[in-house]
Amino acid sequence: MTAAGTPPPVADRPVPRRDEGSAPFWEACAQGRLVAQRCTACGRFRFPPRPTCPACRSFEHRWEDLSGRGRVWSWIRAHPPLLPAFAELAPYIALVVALDEDPIHLRMIGRLEPACPEPAIGDPVQVGFERVVDQVIPLWRLG
Amino acid sequence: MSGRQAAIAGMGLLPFSKNLGRPERTAALEVILQALAEAGMGADDVDGVVRTTMESTTDAHIAFCLGIPDLRFFGEVGHGGGSGCALVGHAALAVEAGVAEVVVVYRARNRSTGGRPWAQAGNQVGGDAQWSVPFGVVRPVDQIAMLARRYMHECGITTRHFGEVAVACRSHAARNPGAQMRDPITLQDHAAARPVSEPLRLFDCCLESDGAVAFVVTTLERARGGARPPVLIRAHAQGVGPEHVVMTSYHSENPLQSTATFAARNLYRRSEVGPNDIQCAQLYDAFSPLVLMSLEAYGFCGPGEGGAFAEDGGLQWPAGRLPVNTSGGSLSEAYVHGFNLIAEGVRQVRGTSTAQVAGLEHCLVSSGSGVPTSALILGAYR
Ligand SMILES: [Zn+2]
Repeated sequence: MTAAGTPPPVADRPVPRRDEGSAPFWEACAQGRLVAQRCTACGRFRFPPRPTCPACRSFEHRWEDLSGRGRVWSWIRAHPPLLPAFAELAPYIALVVALDEDPIHLRMIGRLEPACPEPAIGDPVQVGFERVVDQVIPLWRLG
Repeated sequence: MSGRQAAIAGMGLLPFSKNLGRPERTAALEVILQALAEAGMGADDVDGVVRTTMESTTDAHIAFCLGIPDLRFFGEVGHGGGSGCALVGHAALAVEAGVAEVVVVYRARNRSTGGRPWAQAGNQVGGDAQWSVPFGVVRPVDQIAMLARRYMHECGITTRHFGEVAVACRSHAARNPGAQMRDPITLQDHAAARPVSEPLRLFDCCLESDGAVAFVVTTLERARGGARPPVLIRAHAQGVGPEHVVMTSYHSENPLQSTATFAARNLYRRSEVGPNDIQCAQLYDAFSPLVLMSLEAYGFCGPGEGGAFAEDGGLQWPAGRLPVNTSGGSLSEAYVHGFNLIAEGVRQVRGTSTAQVAGLEHCLVSSGSGVPTSALILGAYR
């Protein structure tokens, strides 16, 4: 998982504003790693990140590396009118990926690499990354 | 029914338009005064004001402008389109509990002063949006389209079923002089319209409107003094369900079990009225798939049966099993965060809809279901 082969930076696309809960996720992306919070008390994954485990209410957790493999849970193809930065990319496919480690509790929104054919729900996907302005965020491909 | 019964005694409504032509504050004050006049009351009678957090004018400022002498109940509900029925519910709670006697609920929207909320995304997005906006899931239509495709996949729903919703709403709007889009459309028109966020196309999306709506909620006893028959608030409820993320609600164990499923349980749990006692529904329709999902959530058909219900003509006035969005709804009348759906619920109960359901006893109204939501059962007073 590297940033190699990803498209050049696209100006003005909105980027995540890190907060104390999300910073470890985005910092890992910058290193080419996909991670998620996991409760160290009961073992449940959770996403998006939050201070407490919704199952056992523990505050204890660690950030765990994921395989970056999952399956398409759903997808859309977006057309204008769009934010200017996304209008340049239109039509583009965004998707929700159910991660192999826990397809129920780890579902992440992402974008599909433009070169990929139209996906189907259930198709396997693999994470890659793209640089957007000064940040690195996931970019998924089929396979 | 023991204790105090809450009712809607008056309603104010400015014509829906593309340009309200006055600031939101002015519009809010105008419709509130309209609603009070219809209720046979004045601002001196008001002791409660509730608002949605999207409203630009505060409760205290309404009281300041109208000279409300002793505002003793005020509050707000968030989550945009999910808040409308909840606000009427909060007003009813205050009246039922005796905390307040006359509570005003209002919504005034002038898009020219606000624009499209999604287009305001800055260069950095925080909170929940950081998990969706950077990937191009920006607009409400993108957020709901994602859920819609999953719904199609799990329940055998097709885009044609979405079209049935759009066509039904438009046919109802054609009868309503106050609706913004009145030219009939066909399933072919729906399928041929430009895609916005596939699987959703243009006619799957609500209008963008200006408008202002207000309601006066009071006791049945006082509501009987108004110019119109009282509209009983037979039940009101809110619902969220586990691990809901507002608009991008893909993170619970079963995202197709929407917030509406939970609001429905809470609604029927506290009422003798069930789905079989309801003859008409105003189901929140910012996007057409939400109507089908709400049919299921509110028990008008079984899980996964929303598409077949619509295909059988079930939504259509007058012959359908459950005429839905009889003013044209958000898809064809106007989009004011679902407050127009409450107004149509009131008209149905009063017998003044342009697609009036004969002999109506109860009308269900729902608020937005991709967000923390709410619902009402409005009933006729006989
Ligand atoms: Zn736990």
